[in-house]
Amino acid sequence: MDYRYIHLVKDINDTMVELKDIGIAKGGKQILHDISFKIPDNEFIAITGPNGSGKSTLAKIIMGIDKPDTGSILLDGVDITGLSMVERAKKGIAFAFQTPVTFKGITVRRLMELASGKKLEKSEVCTFLSKVGLCANNYLTREVDSSLSGGELKRIEIASVLARKARVSIFDEPEAGIDLWSFKNLIEVFGELRSEVEGSIVVISHQERILNIADRVVLLENGTIDKVVKQGEKNSLFTDELRCCKC
Amino acid sequence: MENTDKEKSKLDEELLGTILSSKSLSGDTGLEEGAHSLRKNGCSIELRSTPNVRIERKTDHPGINVYVKDGAPLEFVHVPVIITKGGFDDVVYNDFHVGKNAHVIIVAGCGIHNDDDCNAQHDGIHRFFLDEGADAQYVENHYGEGTGTGERILNPETDVQLGKSATLRMEMVQIKGVDSTVRTTNAELGEKATLLVTEKIMTTGKQTAKTIFNVKLNGKDSKCQVTSRSYAIDDSKQTFVSNVEGNAKCFAHVECDAIIRDHGKVTSEPAITANDVDASMIHEAQIGKIAGEQLTKLMTLGLTEKQAEQEIINGFLA
Ligand SMILES: Nc1ncnc2c1ncn2[C@@H]1O[C@H](COP(=O)(O)OP(=O)(O)OP(=O)(O)O)[C@@H](O)[C@H]1O
Ligand SMILES: [Mg+2]
Repeated sequence: MDYRYIHLVKDINDTMVELKDIGIAKGGKQILHDISFKIPDNEFIAITGPNGSGKSTLAKIIMGIDKPDTGSILLDGVDITGLSMVERAKKGIAFAFQTPVTFKGITVRRLMELASGKKLEKSEVCTFLSKVGLCANNYLTREVDSSLSGGELKRIEIASVLARKARVSIFDEPEAGIDLWSFKNLIEVFGELRSEVEGSIVVISHQERILNIADRVVLLENGTIDKVVKQGEKNSLFTDELRCCKC
Repeated sequence: MENTDKEKSKLDEELLGTILSSKSLSGDTGLEEGAHSLRKNGCSIELRSTPNVRIERKTDHPGINVYVKDGAPLEFVHVPVIITKGGFDDVVYNDFHVGKNAHVIIVAGCGIHNDDDCNAQHDGIHRFFLDEGADAQYVENHYGEGTGTGERILNPETDVQLGKSATLRMEMVQIKGVDSTVRTTNAELGEKATLLVTEKIMTTGKQTAKTIFNVKLNGKDSKCQVTSRSYAIDDSKQTFVSNVEGNAKCFAHVECDAIIRDHGKVTSEPAITANDVDASMIHEAQIGKIAGEQLTKLMTLGLTEKQAEQEIINGFLA
């Protein structure tokens, strides 16, 4: 299915998340500055940009893992800058890590239960896992530890966010380490998620195919928004300008 | 309530349930099935043999001899010990002889309920003799409870002899409640024999726990895997000592993971010795607080920091 034409860019007044003048420094270095943008209801936003441009940092600021030095974050018009990640999680923000965290002793099933906030039947866990192309029978009792392959961990991480059925789901490079065959399914998963929870999706990605299905692509460079490109205007993104060194 | 030494009381049943429940197959205590020997306050109070498992009292020492017949398909043996009073130091010798190609699951454990103000101590000396192709699983749970100031002390010692192609899986769990433990395991492995050990220990308050593994991989293609997980909180102290010798073409993997909190202290003293050029030996040790990123991940799922911590520890010691 092609989701490109289903979701038109909505009126910006339906904004769910709004970032205002976000700035953050780490280790004496300014990582992000003057970041302002809106994530409207039910929109699919892609964030892209060179390595080190601050994409993950920005996602962590929305989740509440990193605290900005300046600026504010609104959710449905309410300032949530001071809220912890736990409170934000409860308000419906979810985040799939770029590098999945491993746990000795916590099973895949348990992680899915924690993510969905309730005990799950085997069949329910199965539904989440099959979305990311894993057969539950092989994974239910496996521990989320380093005995899982990189791609498996990444898929489980994505499934843990799907299980949250959050209003704002942020995925940090979900396609990284995922084979080409599954990549196609992944794109469908985002489409499904969007129609199921009527929430917004933010995907950090370097993949053209993901950028292509986004309603809006935010291009970060050197810690600030270089440009925002709407659906249908993508060609301007992949110019040589982006690829050459500006030193 | 009157708690005599000759029969099981409600308290005994509870203690039994706690130390046996994790692996019991039926009923509250698991004693309903298979062979068993129950020991209470220094006396052997119940023995039961089955067609494939013979249990007899030792004549020279307190303790039992357990014989599992050659080729026994899958047998269960329960050997719990309960101590319900202080002032008391029990030493018991249990020998397990597992016949050729026999398959057995042995559940042992010691429950101490000490409301008295003097020490209650139990030192089990277990010996395992596995014949060729035997496959045994040995599960040991230790548990202490009670309100008195008397210490609850456990010093189990285990000696293992593994014959050709024999496999022994040992699981030891000690969660809180035991004030002082020194646990020693000595093992010698023959050709193609496999020893798999998992131990999980949690100490609180001023408790101390020390485990010592002395393993000799003597046979060609023998294998040994030791996994130790410990959680030390408050002012408690744990020491993990392993001494693994590879005397032939063999494989050994020793892994010690510890999580500490408060003033908990953990020492890992690994020694691996390769006496044969084809011995391959690995040791991994990791000690530290709960990893911050683990807490973060669970908190982004909506768990509070406390809940996240509990969840991580539950998994770690599960
Ligand atoms: N604690 C820190 N101290 C100093 N610099 C840091 C710290 N944490 C992150 N940075 C820097 O911040 C910048 C942005 O990091 P971030 O992880 O957000 O980049 P990214 O855009 O997600 O990159 P990638 O595409 O490689 O995932 C990087 O240059 C990184 O080195
Ligand atoms: Mg990143």
